[in-house]
Formats: sequence, C-alpha cells, structure tokens
Amino acid sequence: MLLEVSNVNAYYGDFQALFGVNLHAEKGEAVAVIGANGAGKSTLLNAIAGNVTTRGAIQFNGEKLAGLKPWAIVTRGVTLVPEGRRLFSSLTVEENLQMGAYARKGSDWGLAEVYELFPKLKERARQPVTELSGGEQQMVAIGRALMSNPALLMCDELSLGLAPVIVQDIYATLGRVRERGVTLIVVEQNVQQALKFADRVYCFQEGHVTLEGEARKLSAEDVSQAYFGKRGAA
Amino acid sequence: MSAKMTKVVQSSRTSRVAGLAAIVLVLALLSAAGWADRGTLSLLMEFFCYLALAEMWNLLAGFAGIVSLGQQAFLGLGGYALFFAALRLGWNPLAAFLLAGVVGAIIAVPSALVVFRLHGAYLAIGTWVLAEVLRLIFSEVASLGAGSGISLPVKFAKSVRLGPMHRDAVLYLAALGLALIVILASYLLLRSERGLALTAIRDNELGARSSGVKIFSVKLAVFAATGMGTGLTGALLYLAKLRISPSAAFDVNWTSYMIFMVVIGGVGTLEGPIVGTLVYFVLRQYLADLGSWYLIILGVVAVTVMLRLPMGIWGTVARKYDISLFPTRRRVLFEEAGSGGGELCAEGSSAAQE
Amino acid sequence: MKAFVDSILSGVLLGSLYGLFASGLSLVFGVMRLVNVAHGDFIVLAAFLALAFQHVTGIGSPFVMLTILVPLMFVLGYLLQRAVLNPALGPDILRPVLITFGLSVIVQNGLLQAFSADSQKLQGGRIETASIPLGGGLAVGTLPLLTLAVAVAVIGSMQWVLYRTRLGRALRATSDDLTTAGMMGVNTPHLFGIAAGIAMVTVAVAGVFTGVRASFDASAGPAWLIFAFEAVIIGGLGSLWGTLAGGIILGIAQAVGAYISPAWQMLAGHVVFLVALMFFPRGLFPRRSE
Repeated sequence: MLLEVSNVNAYYGDFQALFGVNLHAEKGEAVAVIGANGAGKSTLLNAIAGNVTTRGAIQFNGEKLAGLKPWAIVTRGVTLVPEGRRLFSSLTVEENLQMGAYARKGSDWGLAEVYELFPKLKERARQPVTELSGGEQQMVAIGRALMSNPALLMCDELSLGLAPVIVQDIYATLGRVRERGVTLIVVEQNVQQALKFADRVYCFQEGHVTLEGEARKLSAEDVSQAYFGKRGAA
Repeated sequence: MSAKMTKVVQSSRTSRVAGLAAIVLVLALLSAAGWADRGTLSLLMEFFCYLALAEMWNLLAGFAGIVSLGQQAFLGLGGYALFFAALRLGWNPLAAFLLAGVVGAIIAVPSALVVFRLHGAYLAIGTWVLAEVLRLIFSEVASLGAGSGISLPVKFAKSVRLGPMHRDAVLYLAALGLALIVILASYLLLRSERGLALTAIRDNELGARSSGVKIFSVKLAVFAATGMGTGLTGALLYLAKLRISPSAAFDVNWTSYMIFMVVIGGVGTLEGPIVGTLVYFVLRQYLADLGSWYLIILGVVAVTVMLRLPMGIWGTVARKYDISLFPTRRRVLFEEAGSGGGELCAEGSSAAQE
Repeated sequence: MKAFVDSILSGVLLGSLYGLFASGLSLVFGVMRLVNVAHGDFIVLAAFLALAFQHVTGIGSPFVMLTILVPLMFVLGYLLQRAVLNPALGPDILRPVLITFGLSVIVQNGLLQAFSADSQKLQGGRIETASIPLGGGLAVGTLPLLTLAVAVAVIGSMQWVLYRTRLGRALRATSDDLTTAGMMGVNTPHLFGIAAGIAMVTVAVAGVFTGVRASFDASAGPAWLIFAFEAVIIGGLGSLWGTLAGGIILGIAQAVGAYISPAWQMLAGHVVFLVALMFFPRGLFPRRSE
C-alpha cells in the first residue's frame, strides 16, 4: 500500500472535522472521495498534506506523515492541488509552475513535460496568472503540483466553477498523468465524474467514511444512500 | 442540548462582591486627601494619572483595534493648552484644565481622518508621526518657550486650591476622579450595545462591518474621547511638574510606559491596566536609579510577557479562574430540568489567536 | 537659483538614502506583513557597531567595515526573526507592533547605556569632502553621489533576487499565499528569517552611509523609522523602486523645507507625507494587486 490512513481524527481548533477515518490507496490507483459539502473531504486531503491538526496514523511508502510540516510532506512525494487552485497571483504562469518545483526531488516532471500535457499554458507562459480563464488556471494548478514529482497527487474539487467540457478535458489529462505512474486521490463533487474516473470510491458524511467500494461495482442507490442517508448505512 | 429556559446575565457573584469592595476602596482613597502627606499624595496623583493613561490606551488598542504609538501627542497638547491658558490667557486652573480636554478632542478629529487611512502597524506609526509633528511645531512656538520649554507662574500654581485643601490634595483628587471616570465610562460603554460593537470590531473588523456596525464613527468617537482624556491627564501631570518642554511632553517614552502597563496587566480587560500600573510603579520604585537599564528591563519584561503570557498577568489569572471584576460579557445561562445547567459565554475573545 | 538647484540635488541624494532605509522595511512587510518598529533603531545599531569596529580594529574606512558588518547583521536579523518575531506573527496585529516597539526600546536604551547619549560620527576619510563638479558652478558631493549609486545598486540587487532567482520566487509566492507556499515545499519560518536577514543587510549599508554623512546618537532611531515609513507610504506599498522614489520625494521635500528655514526641514517632509496620504492613500506607485 502506498498510502495508509488509519483512524485519523482532524481538528480545526476545537472543532473536530474527521472521526476515525480509514482510507488507503495502492500504487497506480485512482481513488475518489465523494460527499456533500462540509462532509470532511477537503479536510482529509489537507490532513494528509499536513495543513490540519491530526491524531492518528498516516503512512506513506512506509514513512510516517502525520505531524510533519507541509514542506516536509511534499518532499516525500505527496502533493496537493488545493481547492480553489490557490495560484500565486503576483507570479506568471511559468513562475507558478517553477514554484511547484521548489522542493523537487527527482526529475520526471519538468516544464517540458507539463507544457506537453497542457500546450495552452506554453502560449501563456509569461502572462500573469490572474489573466487566465478558470479552466486554464486549473491546468496551472495541476501542472504546478506535477512539477514537484509526486508519487501521490491529491486533487481537491477540480471541477468547481468549470464548464462540463473543460472538466472532461481535465479528467482526460489526469488519465494521462495516471498512465505515467502517478497515484491519484480526487475529491469530487460531481459524483458521476468521480465514478467514471476512479477505481475505488470513498463516501464521506459528517467527517465519517460511510461507504467504500470499487467504482464499477457500486450502484447509484448505494451511493445515494451513503451520500445523503443516515450514518452507519455502510 | 435542549434548553428549557435561558437568561442573559451580566454580573456574577464575584463581580458583585468586587463592586462592594471597590466602593469601600474608593471612599478610603477619597479620604486620603485629608490624612496623607504631600509626598504620598504626589505619588498617588501620578499613579492615578498613569492608570488613566493605561486604561485609555487599552480602550483604543484592546477594544477599538487602534494601536497608538502617539498618545503623547494629546498628552503634550493638553499640557501646552494648560500652560497657554495660564500664561497667555490668564485663565484660572479649572478653566485651563478643561481647555486641555477640549483641545485634545478637537485635534483628535482631523488627526483621525488622516491617520485612519492607514491600517495596522502603519496606523500605529502614523500616530507616532502625528506626535512628532506636534513636537516640531511646539519647538518653534517662541511664546511657549520653543525648544527649551517654559514654566508655570508661581501665582497660578498657588491658585490651585479647593477650600482648605492644598495643591497636592486637589491635584490628587482630580487625578483620582479622572481615573475613576475613565474606568467607569469604559465599563458603561462596554456593557452597552456600543460596547458589543467595539468588541466585535476588535475581534473581526470584516465581520463587524458586514453586520452593519458603523466602524468608522465608533473608532472616531473612541479616538476623540481618549484624545480628550489624555489631554486632561497631560494637563494634570504638567500642572504638577510646573514646567513643560516639547521633548518631554511629546516624548515617545510615554507610549512605552502605557504599553508596558497595559501589556503586563493584560490587554483587552479593564482590570488588566490596574495590575499593570501597580507593577510599573513598584518596578519604578526599585529600578529608577538604574537610568537606561530601567527602560531596558521594562522592554525585556514587556516583550517576554507578550511572547510567553500574551494575556498579561490579570488576563491569564482571570481566564484560568474565570473571574471578572468588571463584567462586560453577556452570559447565556441554560437551565435544563434535572441536569443543573450550563453556560455559554458570548464575548468573542481573542482566544482563537493564541 | 543655483542654491535652489543645489538644494534639490542634495534632496535627491539624501532621499536615496531614505529609500535605502525603507527598502528593508518594504521587503519585510511585503513578505510577512510585518512592520518592524525597531527598524530605525537597528540602523543606529549598525552605525554604532561600525564605530566600535573602527575603534577595535583600527581600520579607517567604514566601507571596509561593511564586509564584516553585512554578514553579521544578516545573521542577527535571521536569528531575531526566528527567535522573537516568528512567534509574534499571527492574526493579531497588536502583538508584532508591540513586540517590535519593545525591541525598539531595548535597542535604543541599550545603545544609550553602552555608548552614552553623545553624538557620534563615522569617519569616512577624504571621500566626505570630495566633490565632482557638474559645470555651471554646480558641484555634487562624492559621498552623496556614491550613496545614490549604492541605494540604486542595493535595490536593484533586491529586485534581481526577487524576480530572477528561486529564492525571490519563493519570497513573492509566500507574500501571495503563505499556506500554499508551504505546500510547495517552502519552509516558511526559515524563509522569513532569510527575508529579515536581507532587510538587515540594507540596514547595515544604510547605517554606515548615514553615520558617515552626519552625526548620530543613540536616540536617532525613531526619526529614521519615520523617514523610512514615510518613504514607503509616499512611494506605495509593494514596490521597491516605488519606495526609492518615495524616499527621493521625501528628500526633496525636506531640502526645499530646509531652504526656507531650518525648522521647516522636517516639517516639510511630514507635510508632503500627510498630503500624499490624504490624496494618494495607496501611494504614488502602488503594486497593482495591493
């Protein structure tokens, strides 16, 4: 197992957002995390990335991640594409990508590879990132994350605010990223898209995992139940 | 969590006991005018002036979110207004004293309009610039002694009397009165709805703005009020010193003392500055001979307290034992049948920031 | 007329020194939203350290002193940031202001204690009185001209670092979004230390040049802080060249004031600052995203 999250509780100050979460990802898998707003999906990714106070075990490649600072986690090969993209607004497209490589170990993904994946970005390399469209900004965010050579790439709400056509494009690209050997965990509001893309799915409700299973084996009903229904119906 | 009955209360048993004790204390202090010797009266007068300054600085910083590094502007203005009234207008001490307050308030308003365009630390330095500008201006006013300063005429000083009471007693009572008024006014303000508004501003300006609080006018009112109060305090202090000069009256060290007293005691509480002023005077008793070392020690203590004990002495104690002598919080008491009850405090403390 | 032009010229040159003062303040504010109220006092500290070195080592030129002073002040800035200022940072704006104010009191009185209240001056040697004739009866002092050149060089180097190096990218990214920069692998407490160190380098240079230019004493810090602050506000937050421009405008204002009367020198600067604040609250050359 590449990533193992065991019995993790996460807190924002006094407020507990995750309760005893168990989750794992095998090398090369694509895992989707679905659930309503506020269910704790983003918190999970942020907990793995080191941005949130956590209790419990998070193991990556045999190494302990829980308790490490975010900048130490990214050097171990775990990178987060944050919700809302969070690009550096006073930097250009290329500079944003270069920031992704700040702590890089290894060189599978460089500017050339990212531009190959997202040709549009090459055209706009020297432009301030604030001038790009939502879809293009999402590409920059993914490209930036790739520049850190992740073994595990986590994407938080990629489709937010984007037209369906663009979302499809982006997931197609993610497919290519996956073919290059990167393991993926995707938090996705769009359940259909998540089921289409992922191998396995976790469903969250109020900070608890309510469902886990292979994407193609889950029925719409299972998902609906886990998404909206009472807790404990796993 | 089914609340059967809720009640909003402001006072607690501790505060009611403290209230009684306070009244006794105040009566004792008032009587001191009759039996204390001149040296003691002089020291007490200074104490209450400094306490007033600390409480006002605390009101600005702890409640209105304005960190002022320039209150000495109003202190000096008040002092000079008094001297001007005494020397050039021939007014009596009371009138001169009141003029100091008026001048403080009047200058505070346009100053606020300029300085409020800045925020945070820049606002703080802006207030410092204000004090510097005043220092420079007064250094050039020949009729008030320019750079070397000026003294009060003896006749004026002698005319500070109230019946049989000597000057020291009168000044002492004025200082005591000023401090009490400042504390009382702050207390009443914070208990009121405006007070809630202030606390809201302190904790989250954006949040306060979106709930319709007129931030600007509240801040302006507080700034003007403290400008007036600081002016009055300056007048008293320099009436006692009998001599004023720009470098002393507009010295930024006044701010150093205010910050020290408030920080040591605890920012954002009414009781904190009282503790802080006491600590300051005790330290001053023992360390004043050390010259610059005295200020270095004050600085080191203040920085250490800010880093390690950010709520100050009183703040930490009050938090731990949940005491409040001047209760300004509104507490919602839940009373559930059979299970005693619970309490939810609505204050909006800066606990989140620790 | 000649005297007037002379004034303006010396104002420009003095102003470049103010811009240099302000550049460190501007950088630190940009990266970590911290205004170090002790900034002016650190400039005074640098001048006194240079003086002490002169006495101890007997080396004549304060500019040679810079080779020791610069790394020393860099380390001092780094350590101070990590030990005292990083813990002070947070959502509360009160704490950093008060803590740096406390530092200001400590440094100022420490200097008073160590060096007494006497006015001091760094000896610069012949360069102090040398001048370069400009023709038409005008001459410009070599030292002020050198100061301008150094100010431009220092700010230019900082710009180069910010826009052409990995470190600079990290500084700008951290300024935009602290948390996300951390997620990219930026060790933010360490980076803040580096930024503070760079600011202290500008302080060291500013301190030496100011100390050679005119006499100074232990309590000169607040005045210099105010000049730096006014330069930043006039020029606009977020732009180093803007800060230099702000400093120069301030210098010219002071020179024009001095031309009128000695009392007006300082006042003219403050007046220009207040006018700029009233009518251009974002400064004359603000960065677009501020």
